[in-house]
Amino acid sequence: MSEYSIETINIRRTFKIDRMARKDAGRILVALDDVNLQVKPGELFGLLGPNGAGKTTLIRILSTLLSPTSGEAYLNGIDAINDLKRVRPIINTVSGGETCGYGILTAAENLRLFTELYGIPWKVAKPRVEKMIHVVGLDKFKGVKVNKLSTGMRQRVNFARGFVTAPKVMFLDEPTVGMDVNAAREIRDFIRNWQSENPDCTILLTTHYMAEADELCDRVAIVDKGTTQGCDTPAALKKMVQKETALELTISGDEPVPEHWHSFTGIVKLVATPNPSEKVTGIRALLDSADASGRFINEITSTGRLLLDLRTSEPTLEDVFIKMTGRRLTEVSDSKPGSEE
Amino acid sequence: MITGVRYFLKVALARAYVRIIGAQRELSWIIGDTLLPFLSVAAYVYVYRAMNAPPEYTGFVILGGIVVTFWMHMLWSMGMQFFWEKEMGNMALYLMAPLSRPALLLGMAIGGIFMTSTRAIMIYVASRFLFGIQFNITEPMMALAVSLATLLALYGLGMMLSSLFFIAGRGIFYGMQVMMEPVFFLGGFYFPVKQLGMMVATAAAAIIPVSLGLDALRQTMFGAYDSALFTPKTELIALLVMGVVFVYSSIVILHKMEAVGRREGKLFLKNQ
Repeated sequence: MSEYSIETINIRRTFKIDRMARKDAGRILVALDDVNLQVKPGELFGLLGPNGAGKTTLIRILSTLLSPTSGEAYLNGIDAINDLKRVRPIINTVSGGETCGYGILTAAENLRLFTELYGIPWKVAKPRVEKMIHVVGLDKFKGVKVNKLSTGMRQRVNFARGFVTAPKVMFLDEPTVGMDVNAAREIRDFIRNWQSENPDCTILLTTHYMAEADELCDRVAIVDKGTTQGCDTPAALKKMVQKETALELTISGDEPVPEHWHSFTGIVKLVATPNPSEKVTGIRALLDSADASGRFINEITSTGRLLLDLRTSEPTLEDVFIKMTGRRLTEVSDSKPGSEE
Repeated sequence: MITGVRYFLKVALARAYVRIIGAQRELSWIIGDTLLPFLSVAAYVYVYRAMNAPPEYTGFVILGGIVVTFWMHMLWSMGMQFFWEKEMGNMALYLMAPLSRPALLLGMAIGGIFMTSTRAIMIYVASRFLFGIQFNITEPMMALAVSLATLLALYGLGMMLSSLFFIAGRGIFYGMQVMMEPVFFLGGFYFPVKQLGMMVATAAAAIIPVSLGLDALRQTMFGAYDSALFTPKTELIALLVMGVVFVYSSIVILHKMEAVGRREGKLFLKNQ
């Protein structure tokens, strides 16, 4: 068995913008730029980054749906770029917010269909289908046609579809996106339980929810603009900013904050998010000491802007992201994907 | 994991099952795919009767009406199937799986032939009951062979179109439109295609399998040898050659398109 379950070596993927209607037609978009990852067997590895960071592109490459522009990728030691016949039986993917299969079939029939597409004998597949139907809470609906199920239920069927083939390497692309709090919690519980029951299964999970990455993942790589900015356990990553104080402020006015606040003595990183609808600005600042907070608050009030709210908090993965990229995770979620050459 | 021929057949039957079970669960097709086409067939029957055309012309129309259902199904449900699968998000899941692509195409074709045959039988029964069509099957084995060869060529063409179009955008709708009305005319669905002149008819028959199929079926089922383009045997051979070429091409094209799609990022929807 290979030392790593997932290994990428200098994976790069570019796209040419070819829509003539776009002003930037012809330009090259770098979706992934020399990404190197090593994920150990049985690990639950997270890719944390905003929308457009390149997480899904990486999953598409690893799941054999997209060729990289350059670089190498191996899954359980098998060449995932060129040896598709050997790699496909051991992988599967679930993308959150998506449905699958055919509305005319029941949930159980859809799951059976996908086991047959993977060549799994029915005597092996049958208990798995029943278990997955139970796990995703669709026992009462297993005989109902999928087109009669709610969107949330169809997402659960899709989730079950990914696991029913018992993959050795599982890719979960934003698995809880669009789900309500309870459904997301159930899915996270399932992922944890699945991994404890299948310790040889490696899971690569992408998310832009820092709490999800923090709660679930053994290790996390921070991804932004197609590159990995850092990779370690959530605890170790947070330790990088533990000596700093995270300050969450709301001040009056939605005009840009003065440039010198970013380099104010004692401030390691500062991100300001104006909210024009409420005429306020949210600030998250990492301070190198508690003393700096007093001086910084004086600075704010001296400009005539009112301090409406002030909180200090334990550093989170968001602070790690801010420290590494200079931006908030949520702030960049709606920005354009990738970087341009 | 099952391998080899068993795996191939399992995939084909699994995919065919979706269509076969679908035909039983959603009965709305009886109106859309049987009753409405039957009305158009009936209109042609009354036109020919008003013109005092020979009785076998009514049979030609019914036969044409039956073949139209196959043609329409081949275009919209077979030729565009991979496009629909991509729109639904299934295509990426299929391509990620270790399954044989030809098995998937075969499953679609088997399911499609089952569904369309059901429609064809219903149109035939209704026509026979309402218009009293009498067949004069002179060569039953040849008629059967030509029917099967026509299905092979037709669904081979459908497999090829599906492979060709699956990484295409919505522009393929225009392509499909082009293959409807002109083919209705050149295919000779409601009249012997020889009426178009030998050159045009032969050119049409060289690319539209139903032209040859219909011509051969008219001869073997209604004894219409005078208006025939070629002999049934020649047409059978041509259909078999077309079928093999289309099926083989579909496999080659699908692999090629998958490679192109993988390189250009077209195997999934942008928002997937």
